[in-house]
Amino acid sequence: MNMVPLALEGAWKVLAAGLVLGAGLPIVYAFAVRGMAMAQGAGAIIGEQTKKPMGKLLAGLCLLVILLAVSYGISFIVATGIGKVVTFDHIVPWFVDKPKK
Amino acid sequence: MTTATLILALVVVVALAFDFTNGFHDTGNAMAASIATGALSPKGAVTLAAILNLVGALLSVEVALTVSNAVVNIQDSKGLPKPELMANGGTMLLLIVFGGLVGGIIWNLITWLLGLPSSSSHALLGGLVGGTIGALGFEGVKWAGDGTKLDGVIGKVILPSLLSPVIAMIVAAVATRVIFWVTTMIEDKFRERRFRYGQVGAASLVSLAHGTNDAQKTMGVITLALVAAGQISAKEVYVPLWVKLSAATAIALGTYLGGWRIIHTMSKGLVDISSPQGLAADSSSATVILASSQLGFALSTTHVATGSIMGTGIGKPGGSVRWSVAGRMVAAWAITFPAAAVMGAIMYWIASVIPGIAGPLVAFAILCAASLYMWRRSRVNKIDHTNVTDEWHDGSKPEVVVAAHDIIDTHDEATSAKSTTV
Repeated sequence: MNMVPLALEGAWKVLAAGLVLGAGLPIVYAFAVRGMAMAQGAGAIIGEQTKKPMGKLLAGLCLLVILLAVSYGISFIVATGIGKVVTFDHIVPWFVDKPKK
Repeated sequence: MTTATLILALVVVVALAFDFTNGFHDTGNAMAASIATGALSPKGAVTLAAILNLVGALLSVEVALTVSNAVVNIQDSKGLPKPELMANGGTMLLLIVFGGLVGGIIWNLITWLLGLPSSSSHALLGGLVGGTIGALGFEGVKWAGDGTKLDGVIGKVILPSLLSPVIAMIVAAVATRVIFWVTTMIEDKFRERRFRYGQVGAASLVSLAHGTNDAQKTMGVITLALVAAGQISAKEVYVPLWVKLSAATAIALGTYLGGWRIIHTMSKGLVDISSPQGLAADSSSATVILASSQLGFALSTTHVATGSIMGTGIGKPGGSVRWSVAGRMVAAWAITFPAAAVMGAIMYWIASVIPGIAGPLVAFAILCAASLYMWRRSRVNKIDHTNVTDEWHDGSKPEVVVAAHDIIDTHDEATSAKSTTV
């Protein structure tokens, strides 16, 4: 059963990607919500009455990060659909033809 | 018309029928969390999921022609049927595929009736393994591949199904825990509403990914049958446009129908989901599915989605999971592959032992009768878009009653007020 280490290796990579993006992005979103709540003040934050305009900036930045990540995610789905793969060879992710097996 | 052509027609019909069951069986994977939190209305959710599945399926230009290669030896590495199965106009291969698909559909319907989110991919692969065992014996099955890569029943089915729910659970639990930590001083109502937007986005990604993954399996199976029957030249295998269009339409229609019984289990049975948990679950599912398909780690969307939902129950401070429901579900996962295989083998046996076209027709009639029976049985305790978000009534309570209940939400109150069945 030498496939168990192989499976664990694959699983480890998926877990890493999952934690960075799958847990990372909702956490960034949580900061965006926190920013929106800061900007609103009363009714959004428990016991808070003052508005903090800086919250809007925080929210905007966080949402931008998410938007970029999601557009990357969608282009990824589209690219694999039409037979391309993502490569990280040039640091910036880019799409190339799937290598022939 | 030869017998082989008639069998081919039946194979195409049952392949599309399987695709249809695949659609409604998996609607909940993407949409259960959004429906549970009221981020989308039940009808709105299935419509969105159906459109995204259609788009996703049509995007699959690169179709998995070698879908069966993971578990059985009926195709070569280019996707061509093995020559020894091509006698009599490919009848034997057609019957293997036919038996496998019928077995897969019946198992999908049984688990749907029970409201259990089992894996459609496992039902398909299990059915094909059963059909192959019926035709070629146990040697026809690829149990472990050559051991150099993840392959065969062990590498593509058993190991991933043990690991992927755990991965999704960890990711979703971590996400949930940190989200509640970051937003701890925010009013519940404000948080609940803001997180719904994020949730819809994440759910849409899951739907799209599902369309690209699952519809192409059916396209691959139909194409294999067409090659076996000599309708497509074995020298130049391609997926005809009508195959793509019909498979995409079948999965989208199935998704639109909505597997309400399964959605009910996933959205209300496991964990009482709030919208931050929904976002955590959906984005965990989306990333785990996409990362796996990129890394060539085969998995089932269903296992990932349910793992994620359980993870959010574990991750929420004071949250809980109904482990009795989870246990039933895990049991269904474990028996899906062998059960679909047994049915695939029986169906292959029926279809091949009765000579000529009569065999497949008898098997097809059994399929229709079983489907009709299960559909009628489902009317007894009907679950549809009107009562899908009713509270879970099987006597079991989560160990700590929290989550959705501590947030006053008019929408939830309105729907649970007319709670009737289940």
